[in-house]
Amino acid sequence: MPREIFEIPDRVETLSILSADGSLDEELAPAIDDDLLIKLYRFMLLGRRFDERLLNLQRQGRIGTFPPVSGQEASQVGPVSVLEEEDWMVPSFREAVAEMWRGRSMESIIISASGFSEGASEAGGGYNLPVSVPVGSQMLHAVGIGWAMKYREKKNVVMTFFGDGATSEGDFHEAMNFAAVYRAPVVFVCQNNQWAISIPRSKQTRSKSIAQKAVAYGMPGIQVDGNDILAMVAASREAVDRARVGEGPTLIEAVTYRMSVHTTADDPKRYRKDDEVESWRTKDPLTRFAGYLTEKGLLDEEKIQAVESEIKESIQAAVDRAEEKMKSMGDPMDMFDHTYEERPAYLEEQREFLARELKEEGNHG
Amino acid sequence: MAKLNMVQALNLALRQEMEKDDSVIVLGEDVGVDGGVFRVTDGLIDRFGERRVVDTPLAESGIAGMSIGMAIYGLKPVAEIQFSGFAYHCFHQIESHAARLRLRTQGAVTVPMVLRAPYGGGVRALEHHSESREAYWAHMPGVKMVIPSGPRNARALLVSAIRDPDPVIFYEAKALYRAFREEVPDEEETLAIGESRIVREGTDLTMIAYGAMIRPVLEAADELEKKKGVQTEVIDLLTVSPLDDRLFTESVKKTGRAVIVHEAPRSFGSGAEIVSRLVEKSFYHLEAPIARVTGFDMVIPLFAREKAYIPSAGRIFRAAVQALETEP
Repeated sequence: MPREIFEIPDRVETLSILSADGSLDEELAPAIDDDLLIKLYRFMLLGRRFDERLLNLQRQGRIGTFPPVSGQEASQVGPVSVLEEEDWMVPSFREAVAEMWRGRSMESIIISASGFSEGASEAGGGYNLPVSVPVGSQMLHAVGIGWAMKYREKKNVVMTFFGDGATSEGDFHEAMNFAAVYRAPVVFVCQNNQWAISIPRSKQTRSKSIAQKAVAYGMPGIQVDGNDILAMVAASREAVDRARVGEGPTLIEAVTYRMSVHTTADDPKRYRKDDEVESWRTKDPLTRFAGYLTEKGLLDEEKIQAVESEIKESIQAAVDRAEEKMKSMGDPMDMFDHTYEERPAYLEEQREFLARELKEEGNHG
Repeated sequence: MAKLNMVQALNLALRQEMEKDDSVIVLGEDVGVDGGVFRVTDGLIDRFGERRVVDTPLAESGIAGMSIGMAIYGLKPVAEIQFSGFAYHCFHQIESHAARLRLRTQGAVTVPMVLRAPYGGGVRALEHHSESREAYWAHMPGVKMVIPSGPRNARALLVSAIRDPDPVIFYEAKALYRAFREEVPDEEETLAIGESRIVREGTDLTMIAYGAMIRPVLEAADELEKKKGVQTEVIDLLTVSPLDDRLFTESVKKTGRAVIVHEAPRSFGSGAEIVSRLVEKSFYHLEAPIARVTGFDMVIPLFAREKAYIPSAGRIFRAAVQALETEP
């Protein structure tokens, strides 16, 4: 056997449509109607403002730790915008804005961030899973869901999100492999935000790109400018269409940047330089898209202000609703309700014990 | 009614549940064409096809994680892990998600899946093929840990496990797979998960065991009757967790003496929990220290030495005699 270059059927591509400097590749631009363009903008802005408000609430001690999305709005909103209602979304933990697009209420996110499991009961169910905290562990669930869709002969797809750090986990490998073997209708969206807490992308993998990892599993991979909403929509639409017609999974690498902290418990000044953050600020997905929409005549200062104030009000209303709802939550006795469908006898005994204890504490506290 | 060994009985359970419900899917390594390395899934692929009997890539976490997704979507996956010694790869998926999604979502998302795996020694296997680590799963709130002790209850429990609304880890003793046959009815039979059973009635001593240990326990009980005229009550847990303590705590109130038998290492094993329940609920009826006859606190040795490790009828007999001879 002579020595030859191995022919690999799957390609790795890169895609950028609307650059940071505002220049547009008209040929590659996806067809998006005006209403949807405005909706995309509104959600991206909502993601940013909601983050700011949560950060504020966290600093005031009104909510617990949460992972901000700032900088990653396009890489989240773009992919979910091409899903249909009965398609599934399997998030990691930094997809608040994708979750909101899919119908999760802001107050449920606030309620979750306040330590109440009531927040996740709304997120889960329907066609969306709740956030998954152990890094990389949720992609396999998407594969199982995709396998089941195919088995039930549904024309649906499942989209799963994860970060650059997750690609080092074994479960990423197993999920990519299983999805490809079964040609499951799964769209893998890696938000490569350059940092897994303090570990930079360069220490996560020696690969030139994350997208190229797709090739090893026998699926196409595409590296997309994750701060370019048009490119994210175009790449996601293509991947979702492929999955929907039975052509199997795709890996999308959204190259983006975590502009803020990993979580509110983190101090990025310990491991990354301000000028790196500043250089990414010039690639902000929101300013770029606002410029494009202004150019198109869909936005102006007045309209931006109108969206801003509508968002401000809706966030305030959500905070108020969450705080109102939480007043009647938190009965500790509820914790015994959902370990099994039916409570075993010993758990009932433990429940009765706690009820007595709480009564004692009430009497003596 | 046919006389079946445990492999055949488990196969019957899978076959009948698959006939009845097209959401039941069998998946795992070599479960399809090969029928499973122990042949538990033998012939299922011929009957139900590749769509429902799924050979997977060699990745246990993948099998567990994919099963979770399938269950979330509404299917009832019955995953086989070839040997329980390879199920540690699944641990993260089961602990982090299968066991918790119900609680995490207050019941909105549930994971009704079964993870079957052969466990235990006695078949002269390689390292990683003989261990008993049921305590790991029993310590995990949100999953059920079930271990049958013979063909008939294996069949009935597997049917119940498949229909259970919660994730079930189902350990099958390799030593029992082909050890003996029992009458197993063709018609449907289930056994409630979370309920132990009295398999031998007695008044003088209580033995508590499960899985492969039931046979040497019964043998020891017969010897005790024959040689000492002692009536031993034997309780088969069948479900290790959620632990049903009603029968054994009541039994010990009657007999005052207890011997607990498991193949797994002693420290922090299921026997420790059983002792605790007895101390909490039957303490004033105890007439002798509770005895544990278990594996030693080490990895089960390779098969040249495994016989010395695994509790034998003789070892159980002697522990019982000691418990009986102790004066309060």
